[in-house]
Amino acid sequence: MEAFLQQLVNGIAWGGIYALIALGYTMVYGVLKLINFAHGEVYMMGAMSGYYSARWLGLSERPGAVSLLTALGIAMAFCAALGTAIERVAYRPLRRAPRLAPLITAIGVSLFFQNAGQLVFGADPKVAPQLLETREILRFGEVAVTNLQLVILCVAGALCAALTFVVQRTRMGKAMRAVAFDRETAALMGVPIDRVIAFTFALGSALAAAAGILVSLSNPKVDPLMGLMPGLKAFVAAVLGGIGSLPGAMLGGVLMGIAETLVAGYLSSTYRDAIAFVILIVILVLRPAGLLGRASKEKV
Amino acid sequence: MPAARGLPGWRRAAAPWLRAAGLLLALLAFDRAMDQLHNPYFTQVLVLVAVNVVLAVSLNLILGFTGQFSLGHAGFFGIGMYVAAAISVHAGAQIQAFLHEGLHLPLLAVRTLFFLLLLGAGAAAAALAGVLVGLPSLRLQGDYLAIATLGFGEIIRIVILNIDAVGGARGLSVVSSNPAYSVRYEGLFAVYAVTVACILLVARLVYSTRGRAYLAVRDDEIAIESLGTSPTRVKTEAFVVGAALAGVAGVLFSQSQGYVHTNSFTFLRSVEAVAFVVLGGMGSITGSILAAAALTVAPELLRPVADYRMVAYSLVLIGMMLLRPEGLFGTRELTLGGLRRLLGRGPRAAEAP
Repeated sequence: MEAFLQQLVNGIAWGGIYALIALGYTMVYGVLKLINFAHGEVYMMGAMSGYYSARWLGLSERPGAVSLLTALGIAMAFCAALGTAIERVAYRPLRRAPRLAPLITAIGVSLFFQNAGQLVFGADPKVAPQLLETREILRFGEVAVTNLQLVILCVAGALCAALTFVVQRTRMGKAMRAVAFDRETAALMGVPIDRVIAFTFALGSALAAAAGILVSLSNPKVDPLMGLMPGLKAFVAAVLGGIGSLPGAMLGGVLMGIAETLVAGYLSSTYRDAIAFVILIVILVLRPAGLLGRASKEKV
Repeated sequence: MPAARGLPGWRRAAAPWLRAAGLLLALLAFDRAMDQLHNPYFTQVLVLVAVNVVLAVSLNLILGFTGQFSLGHAGFFGIGMYVAAAISVHAGAQIQAFLHEGLHLPLLAVRTLFFLLLLGAGAAAAALAGVLVGLPSLRLQGDYLAIATLGFGEIIRIVILNIDAVGGARGLSVVSSNPAYSVRYEGLFAVYAVTVACILLVARLVYSTRGRAYLAVRDDEIAIESLGTSPTRVKTEAFVVGAALAGVAGVLFSQSQGYVHTNSFTFLRSVEAVAFVVLGGMGSITGSILAAAALTVAPELLRPVADYRMVAYSLVLIGMMLLRPEGLFGTRELTLGGLRRLLGRGPRAAEAP
């Protein structure tokens, strides 16, 4: 029982990271109906920018909240710019093309960052500098919660809350929802489509960058291919929760984290990567709209 | 083929056989010529070209002609690869010994039969997997189908990685348990004969009456449904044939490489196959043959800058979609007549029907 609860705690913390990445997928899918395959690479670039800023600014010499927030801020700003740049170069010219075209460019962009990353940063994993020292802060019987897990959950929770505020309570958020609902009509009502889509990419990419920083807190291995699998799995998490739905992405992310830790803990760690795709296929067959999504005829 | 029309009856009937005989002779000559070169590296590259051509043409059937975006093609390739390797290692010598000593067949016939058995088994296993993957996922469209097939491709890989009988993470060397019976095919003749057969199969299929249904599904699914043909059936058919041919490519790969590993059919391999089809033109068989051959040979010629191969792939994918989304050839085929027109001989393009 203790082992199970411990796995659950680890899974929820890991799921917080998936949730942050999944939000980016779900938002972009909402406004563009596009699977942004390059999103996992934005997450990788977030971790990379955290690594380099921590090294150049010497953040690891004084680990603590200030260092963590600085790294988060730099990575999120950098990736927000990167995300909008990707949209501008690779997706905007194809807004009117058949849906296969932007999907293929998305894969191209993803491959580009993986391979250019290997040339620029080197293919070998780097050890991310410690921004926080690990300590155990809570203990229930045999179940231990480290400060890192708590920080991951708090930051992820705060960012989710901030995102919900932006989407539900601001003018830009209202415009995003309008574009997601019906792009043509929104354009007719004077919503600046291009700016809204760019903003959506910036927002999603900043969240992915935050996930990249958080993941390197507890799993300090940063390499150019680190975005591939988490990216795909976070997409599955978004589908699981119901693509296009923000609470769905958060729920799907946490469920995915738990499922994966349990499989790795109880079955075999080699099946860890398979469970995500099994979940994907089961959900696509049984409930294509996802757990919290609304059914629509267009998707399936 | 139009050239045979207007000839006397017997010559028209003999024309396909003559063409086949000519093709076989050409293949044999090609095989002999390459053999004389005694250059294993050259042979290796030519085998890889053939394998990638089969992979590209089979994916073109699904992606180009039927318009279904599959990102799991490498999974079927892997199944063919492992089925052939497993049969060769665990039963290859026994089967050949039975054919040779039990049925007293000559060695050449034994080897040919065994090779055909491997091809059949690899294709059948991959086709079966194609049915299992296709039935649930072909109800999905566009990006959902892409991600579902990607998922299946990864599941296939991870499952094989966990089967200890085929070596698991160690991979599997294709070696015979009895040195008297070789289970590998290193010559080019068999590989290229199979490649030509696969190309002809796809060409015959898509330019037949039945194949029109594939194009129709790609162009307008609702229209074909209203004509009383089930798009799901057509899609599944194309998907299963494509999967079986990918399995054939896998068999060729495993028997000529002599070593199989799950790293040979990761997600990147599927992406590579997509790159062949997209570059050559979705819906052009000759286009994907040329693209597969070019993208296989180019990195060999550019060894010094081979590190940039995948970067170049990614830029090709992006650039192609932005500048010429239909691929180099679009849906056109490269034909001798077309080539002659291009060079300024023969009938002008405007005069051709």
